[in-house]
Amino acid sequence: MRVRILGAGPAGLYLAVLLRKVNPPHEVEVIERNPPDATFGWGVVFSEGTLGELRDADLETHVEVTDTFARWPTVDVRYRGRLLRSRGHAFSAIGRRRLLRILQRRALGLGAHLRFESEVTDVDALRADADLLVGADGVNSLVRRRYATEFGEQVSPQGCKYVWFGTDLVLDAFTFIFKQTEAGLVQVHAYPFDERTSTWIVECPDTTWRALGFDTMDEGESLAACETLFAEHLDGHRLLSNRSLWTSFLLVSNDTWHHRNVVLLGDAAHTAHFSIGSGTKLAMEDAIALSQAFVRHPGDVERALLDYELERQPVVERFQQAAGESAAYFTRVERYAHMDPIPFAFNLLTRSGRVTHANLAQRDPQFVRLLDAWFHGGDRSRPGALGPPPLFAPWRSGVVELRNRVVRSSAEPDHLPELARSGAGLVVAGPVAVTLEARISPGTPTLRGNEAGAAWAALVDGVHAGGAHAAVLLSHAGRRGSTRPPTHGADLPLREGGWPLIAPSPIGYAPRMPVPRAMDAGDMAAVREAFAAAARSAAGAGFDMLELDMGHGYLLASFLSPASNRRDDEYGGDLAGRLRFPMEVLASVRQSWPEDRPLAVRLNVMDGTRRGLQLGEGIAIARQLAEHGCGLVHVVAGQTVPEAARTDYRRGFLTPLADRVRAETRVPTLVGGYITTPDEANTLLGAGRADLCLLDVPETDLERELIAGPEETAAAVALA
Amino acid sequence: MRVGIGLPNTIPGAEGPLLVEWARRADAGPFSTLAVLDRLAYESIEPFAALAAAAGVTKRVGLATMIAIGPLRNTALLVKQAVSVDALSGGRLTLGLAVGARLDDYETAGVEHRGRGARLSEQLATLRDGDNLGVRSDLPLLVGGMTGPAFARMARYADGYAHNGGPPRAFARAAASALAAWSDLGRPRRPLLWGQGYFALGEAEAGAAYLRDYYAFTGPFAEKIAAGNLTSARAIRDFVRGYAEAGCDELILFPTVGDVGQLDRLAEVLA
Repeated sequence: MRVRILGAGPAGLYLAVLLRKVNPPHEVEVIERNPPDATFGWGVVFSEGTLGELRDADLETHVEVTDTFARWPTVDVRYRGRLLRSRGHAFSAIGRRRLLRILQRRALGLGAHLRFESEVTDVDALRADADLLVGADGVNSLVRRRYATEFGEQVSPQGCKYVWFGTDLVLDAFTFIFKQTEAGLVQVHAYPFDERTSTWIVECPDTTWRALGFDTMDEGESLAACETLFAEHLDGHRLLSNRSLWTSFLLVSNDTWHHRNVVLLGDAAHTAHFSIGSGTKLAMEDAIALSQAFVRHPGDVERALLDYELERQPVVERFQQAAGESAAYFTRVERYAHMDPIPFAFNLLTRSGRVTHANLAQRDPQFVRLLDAWFHGGDRSRPGALGPPPLFAPWRSGVVELRNRVVRSSAEPDHLPELARSGAGLVVAGPVAVTLEARISPGTPTLRGNEAGAAWAALVDGVHAGGAHAAVLLSHAGRRGSTRPPTHGADLPLREGGWPLIAPSPIGYAPRMPVPRAMDAGDMAAVREAFAAAARSAAGAGFDMLELDMGHGYLLASFLSPASNRRDDEYGGDLAGRLRFPMEVLASVRQSWPEDRPLAVRLNVMDGTRRGLQLGEGIAIARQLAEHGCGLVHVVAGQTVPEAARTDYRRGFLTPLADRVRAETRVPTLVGGYITTPDEANTLLGAGRADLCLLDVPETDLERELIAGPEETAAAVALA
Repeated sequence: MRVGIGLPNTIPGAEGPLLVEWARRADAGPFSTLAVLDRLAYESIEPFAALAAAAGVTKRVGLATMIAIGPLRNTALLVKQAVSVDALSGGRLTLGLAVGARLDDYETAGVEHRGRGARLSEQLATLRDGDNLGVRSDLPLLVGGMTGPAFARMARYADGYAHNGGPPRAFARAAASALAAWSDLGRPRRPLLWGQGYFALGEAEAGAAYLRDYYAFTGPFAEKIAAGNLTSARAIRDFVRGYAEAGCDELILFPTVGDVGQLDRLAEVLA
């Protein structure tokens, strides 16, 4: 097979090596615009493991590359004058030029033709003259642009502005430096790659970049400015430039990586933000997969290219997902600048979702011990201190001290004592309606002003006996009321025995749901008093915490959202108007609820629809709630309207929202959103993304077996 | 996990008598369910008509649409069709609905493509409401789709989720989204999770050609779907195991070759 490869970077050269190794070898020509030793940038880093795939693919280059590697197991975080070191990681790096020289030599030795300083303009002609044309020509790939439509190319800037320097300071760890400036945080990603040199990438968000004047500096000026900025960390060493200019990282993806006999490899096909250090590894793995596809399907170009893409695309998507999380973290890291160093570092290490509390505990048990101890004891922790993992650290608010951060909730009050016995720190009853008309369905439990509350008091006692604290989510269904029980669906109107609905505006919630009546002053007074009376009853029943429901399109939430509140009086319009009634309710509940018991609000911080509440407003609301006596925000989103386009259901889908609320308002947050494992909870709590975690614990086969087992055995024996 | 089989109602050239014979053998085989696909602008047999025919020659096997494109149909007629198939089969219907993926189906039906999601929600609310059309309140409903609103719609109105195919890890990801939506909407317990795959035993090329044609509208993705066709006993067993591990409740294997021998071979592999 006659193969032409455009681009003599790691991907193209490595493919040339591998295609020459098979028997019989393919005819391979690599065409490169630049001379053989011209390369931009400094060292490249490999962040994961031993690159075993490289060893299996070509032992000779593997030996030579890994002999040259700078390797280190540590990540240093320099933040607020502290140096935090985490061990047990597996990084390696190599000078880009050195890597290319090894690959060039090997490719030549195996008989590949390398044509340097050769500019290609006519991709079509190249394609016509080859059995296979490989676009390994990087992020600005000419080959990709030629068939942009066929590939379904998408290119967009991602993350911060950055500049790639070298330095003659030889580091001994992957080093993150966070430097506070008057214009915001500027951070460095730096790592050694040979005995004399380290890579030194400086980055900051666009606004900081402009405020610091980097946008108007030339190459020399910005190098000098960065040397000054990081003088204490450079320790008298210089920064080195190699056409080091500020730029934006380009995120490249394509619907498909092949078209007829043309295929994309490495950065030409896909990029992954440099902050997870996987670009070169992915490129070289691409080369391995592509060469192996031709071993499996000799002579069948189309089938081989399809195989290559099927194998690599899911892998690359996972890395791109993690890289996207990491890039986004660095654009918002400013918001975490108030955090203590230990949780700050843990938040950094877990930013992409690939490192969790559990796997860091394997890599670096001492770091996790410190985190756990800090989480449990804060500044009071002593040298050698131990602590439970974050999920099992107590949480205090007012007179309430929860034994741990696990929150479980149930709409069926009878289940509460069992949830307490299962180990939760807080169990939440709810939603519980404040009047009969406030119910979602006929079966929705109520806690009304005139209720004796003996049944509730007994349940609270049951929860306390189980070692947990009890909270009640007080709610008014608003326009989502008068529905059938949720057995066969939600928001299905009762066919008979329904009751009239009230809402800020007369807009029905979902198909076939009745149109609610717009509330007048009398309705509002009645609802305020109903919430206040229910709060008094809840206090009387012994609940430790009250949660006021401003979520999911129920009555108070529907006031907050412009999608459901179209009033033109003082209770609608701008945010202050839409917030007025919910704040009035909060005030009367706060007055009726014992001052030393915590009051929480379940708050929709965004609706996920263009006409609805946006996150910025949601955060502003959280701030106001906190100023008026709310000590905990339970962050939820969506359901304000049934067809919200921007709803993204997945594991932990509410965590990024809770994180933003907490970082920007410093209000403690409770978060759910399909978190099912202790590890997910430990990770998000330890990283300071929320304070309490509402768990969805699935019942497992194992549990059923262990719990049901002896009884069934006993029954079987009895039958026999 | 239960395993069902598809009826070849969207394979060109698979004629009425073949479908009836297929249904008869499915009823005798190890399959839990006999399911149909739906495509208007393509040589195929209408899903409810196909299931009605199947209902007449089967006694045991469940019948399912996996899925039918709800918004293409007038709501009352859709409800009537579903109720009728359910009645003809003695209550064996599971109704899977989604908005579908093809613009040309909407053009052919003369139905607006915009607003299809909201229309499907209305149809689901109507199905649940019953009205005078006689839908039983416990008719099992599945909803498919991969978007946020689709998962919310599933959790609001359905009993379960109908996935659109792919390797087990793709199913697992979608299943997590379905479970997250279910919990978010406050539904008790968990949704049913249905998955699907394509197979062609011994006739890989014919199967791939059909899939390339059926999915031509997806552009380069058609090749990938064709490459995912399960063409060996081992591939099928691995797939079944992978889906079971991912928490699937019911897996439907759809034929890609309209030959009743395919059903017999699949029965042997699963035995």
